[in-house]
Amino acid sequence: MALTADDVARLAGLARLHLTEAECAELAPELDIILSSVDQVAAVARDDIPMMTHALPLTNVMRDDVVTPSLTPEQALSGAPATEDGRFRVPQILGEDA
Amino acid sequence: MTEILDYDDVLESFDPAIGLEVHVELSTASKMFCGCSTTFGAEPNSQTCPVCLGLPGSLPVVNAKAVESAIRIGLALNCQIAPWGRFARKNYFYPDMTKNFQTSQYDEPIAHDGWVDLEVEGEMFRIEVERAHMEEDAGKLTHVGTSGRIHGAEYSLLDYNRAGTPLIEIVTRPILGTGAKAPQVAKAYVSHLRDLMRALKVSDVRMEHGSLRCDANISLAHKGAQELGIRTETKNVNSLRSVERAITFEMRRQGALLLDGGRVKQETRHFDEATGTTRSGRSKEEAQDYRYFAEPDLVPIAPSAEWIEELRATLPEQPVARRKRLATEWDADELAMRDIVAVGAMDMIEETVAAGAPPQAARKWWVGELARRANEGGVELEELPITPRDVAEVCALVVSGELNDKLARQVFEGVLAGEGSAREVVDARGLAIVSDDGALKEAVDKAIAANPDVAARIRDGKHQAIGALIGQVMKAMRGQADAGRVRELVLEELG
Ligand SMILES: [Zn+2]
Repeated sequence: MALTADDVARLAGLARLHLTEAECAELAPELDIILSSVDQVAAVARDDIPMMTHALPLTNVMRDDVVTPSLTPEQALSGAPATEDGRFRVPQILGEDA
Repeated sequence: MTEILDYDDVLESFDPAIGLEVHVELSTASKMFCGCSTTFGAEPNSQTCPVCLGLPGSLPVVNAKAVESAIRIGLALNCQIAPWGRFARKNYFYPDMTKNFQTSQYDEPIAHDGWVDLEVEGEMFRIEVERAHMEEDAGKLTHVGTSGRIHGAEYSLLDYNRAGTPLIEIVTRPILGTGAKAPQVAKAYVSHLRDLMRALKVSDVRMEHGSLRCDANISLAHKGAQELGIRTETKNVNSLRSVERAITFEMRRQGALLLDGGRVKQETRHFDEATGTTRSGRSKEEAQDYRYFAEPDLVPIAPSAEWIEELRATLPEQPVARRKRLATEWDADELAMRDIVAVGAMDMIEETVAAGAPPQAARKWWVGELARRANEGGVELEELPITPRDVAEVCALVVSGELNDKLARQVFEGVLAGEGSAREVVDARGLAIVSDDGALKEAVDKAIAANPDVAARIRDGKHQAIGALIGQVMKAMRGQADAGRVRELVLEELG
């Protein structure tokens, strides 16, 4: 099933990417190539090949519940464009509810 | 003004279906995926690191204690524990998470298909638990502007101390067939979860701190209809009473809409504690699309059967069974048990009784005097600087006749003030009852001499007047007398 420009526009919206109609139209066939390549790999995988989400067959990598030092508030905020009262300051959020 | 229907009229035409999503904040020392502390109320952004700030290149590692708690919660809810499961990214754009996704679980929750049996006003209900999964909490937003609310806010401030705190989300299947009791069943369920989390010691479940939060899905179906109605999801239902009120209100609001030929809009609503009403929240037309996918930075969790059985062996007695057992042991009726649960005194009373106190006395002190003092101090009962052993010691002194209730109260005051053990307070403050009859007789004689009219009435057989004299004597003895003995002495003189 070919990816349409509308699909790309929808995905762009979800990912907060501002794409023009022309860009969506251009990207659709490009993304389609990537998807069909993935499909080819999927077609090879049969029931006897277990699903894999990691390169390493590891499970249960866990740490003990031990507190380690955090950043200082100054360090934490050092990369922020705007701060106030030791907090990150962000623009007003429209159309959403807390 | 929202139209609402009388509750009875709602039930005449509709059957309610409810669904509850409860978030429990785990009381681990560190966060879900990093070693930052989870302590409540710390300086803003003092408990963050590259992982929970979502800085590039940082990698999460799962907190074993959180997984252990999740499994124990699952088992206590009679769930199956998944032998293998992954974390997933729930993608959304909102500044409460810097990563633009929340690490959660999607189609492979750690626990699924459980149940909880509840008794509500003598009727049994089985609540089916669809799933319990692990995820992380978000940061705390403060909206700055004239209204203090998001609408009209000029900007928002963010504290990420809470971001990454381990959460367990427990989701029920639609709860049907509760009829008029729907709000009470929901409340009983949340209350049960709270007791259960306490018994498991996995969360401090302080609803006022947000460590247990509830979202309630409510829909109405016309009586006899096969399909469920359109539901709303009410958020911000953060006390047991609110659970009941929010559901009642939504049933009445939806009932009025439907009877009027209208349609319920599928939406998120917010509960307003002050008015007991719900209001429309997010008004997005399209459903949320979180584009879940397996978290590539974390490996799957595959608890072994041995580990699960090991954890099963650590489960406490189920709250309902325990409550029943204690009610019998303490000879307490349902109302008394409710009071005990309401002040959170169950554990303390049990330990006090185990330390040798009569159940009646242990109940009286914890639910009365001590709960009152905790309340005045704005702390939980177990935070009072007094142990069940101390209370048992006071009870023993009352039983032996060394203290009466009034003196016992003073002993509690002393223990709470850090003056030492019950015995030490009694000795230091000189609180023991005067059992020396000579001193008592002297006080009785004085009281009689000072109140000749009262004495005359008692001589005439009007024994109800005796209280006034006993009061005088007790006052003279600074409360340190056995009122029963005083009564005997007065009657010896005047009877
Ligand atoms: Zn951190």
